[in-house]
Amino acid sequence: MKRKTLFDAAGIQRSLGRLALEITERLQGCEGMVLIGIHRRGVPLAQRIARLIEKAEKAKVPVGSLDINLYRDDFSTVGAAPVLRGTQVDFDISGKTVVLVDDVLFTGRTVRAALDALVDLGRPARVQLAVLVDRGHRELPIQADYVGLSLNTRREDHVELLLKETDGEDALILESAAPSARAGSEGKRP
Amino acid sequence: MSFAHKHLMGIEELSAEDITLILDTAEKMSEVSRRPLKKVPALRGKLVVNLFFENSTRTRSSFEIAEKRLSADTLNFSASTSSLQKGETLVDTVLNLERMQPDCYVIRHASPGTCQLIHPFTKAALVNAGDGTHEHPTQALLDAMTIRQKKGDFKGLEVLICGDISHSRVVRSNVFLLSKMGAKVTVCGPATFMPPHMGSLGVTVTTDFEQALRGKDVVMMLRIQMERQTKGLFPSLLEYYKTFGLTEERLRLADKQVIVMHPGPINRGVEMASEVADGPYSVILDQVENGVAVRMAVLYLLLGGSEDETAH
Repeated sequence: MKRKTLFDAAGIQRSLGRLALEITERLQGCEGMVLIGIHRRGVPLAQRIARLIEKAEKAKVPVGSLDINLYRDDFSTVGAAPVLRGTQVDFDISGKTVVLVDDVLFTGRTVRAALDALVDLGRPARVQLAVLVDRGHRELPIQADYVGLSLNTRREDHVELLLKETDGEDALILESAAPSARAGSEGKRP
Repeated sequence: MSFAHKHLMGIEELSAEDITLILDTAEKMSEVSRRPLKKVPALRGKLVVNLFFENSTRTRSSFEIAEKRLSADTLNFSASTSSLQKGETLVDTVLNLERMQPDCYVIRHASPGTCQLIHPFTKAALVNAGDGTHEHPTQALLDAMTIRQKKGDFKGLEVLICGDISHSRVVRSNVFLLSKMGAKVTVCGPATFMPPHMGSLGVTVTTDFEQALRGKDVVMMLRIQMERQTKGLFPSLLEYYKTFGLTEERLRLADKQVIVMHPGPINRGVEMASEVADGPYSVILDQVENGVAVRMAVLYLLLGGSEDETAH
């Protein structure tokens, strides 16, 4: 098991700064925009991006959180039910531009569940996706609109984001399952 | 932490951590009931059979709503319209239902231990919705959820349960739950309604209602089952009310922040005065609302399995 730190706290913050900038650039400001973080680490990320946008645009950005565990597609398998963190969206999302925020985009199944959860709450004008890391290996036709870092990984690798809010420190870590002779990776870029 | 049980037969076999997990999950579930679209797909394709061999309107409807909010398919089976009328045994009924591939049975029966009796004959999860005078776990859990919302914590809380102690499964489940969570429980009622084993459950037992009320944080009044009144366990409803009825005046003996609870249905003017039932200390309707959330949580924790929580 090889453990490599890809980003430290400053790296994560720089990446979030660029995401915030890209989002406001693409949407021409932040009017009609809401950020919704996917539990668990998408929630503090959405809050941080919102603060950055609010500072730059001098306007309020509503932030919500989404728990996708009641919308998962793998409930038939054996195991304990995942702990619920709760959905909290205290504003109407109908007619808004919703930017979903998550930490790591991998198979795309979390985002699929998040889209289902979202349409139960209202009918947004459009939904976009911002992720800090895209590590490839999609199992569904889902792509991110904003990506902090595109990462070539092998399927069995483990990408972990630690955040002050949930883990006490900021770090983006890549754990390679077994160091192989080949330096390259099988990960396909979108 | 995750829920390690396959069935909910009673509170007795749960740990304090299990109870906290159910209550935390229930709090998240109540958000679903407040949405305009009150449904999530968590239990899509699961079949839940509601086996009610004893009359129950509110528990059955509460379970049914919980099942529907989680998108489970439901089958309601009540004793009065079933083959039990034609002489079929309970086990035969279950063996037949078993071939319909149910994932869960919610069972209400007049005999204690009905879940345990059925258990060897089914692969499905079992939820006890009241078995005779034994347990009624989801009632205790919804009571606990209501207490925690109002009081924050159970540690050191003074709880009084008053009424027909001997015929009440609600008492047993509540005593197990509140003791595990660190509350101090007193039970009170006419001596004819007091089972001899009550003291061995670690609670204070008394027949002096006014004395028992002093300083209590939570007062839980139980229903007097009118049908049992013919057995002559107490002289008259009016006399019961005079001795054990919760009036506004008596309620002043309790803590200033007291909450008043009742599992329903209330007999106004028997267990408590209307002014108390409808008054500012009453949380009786919160209990009803929390019932749906707690039952959603239990069904989710028993049926909503998942292999890998970290797959993105």
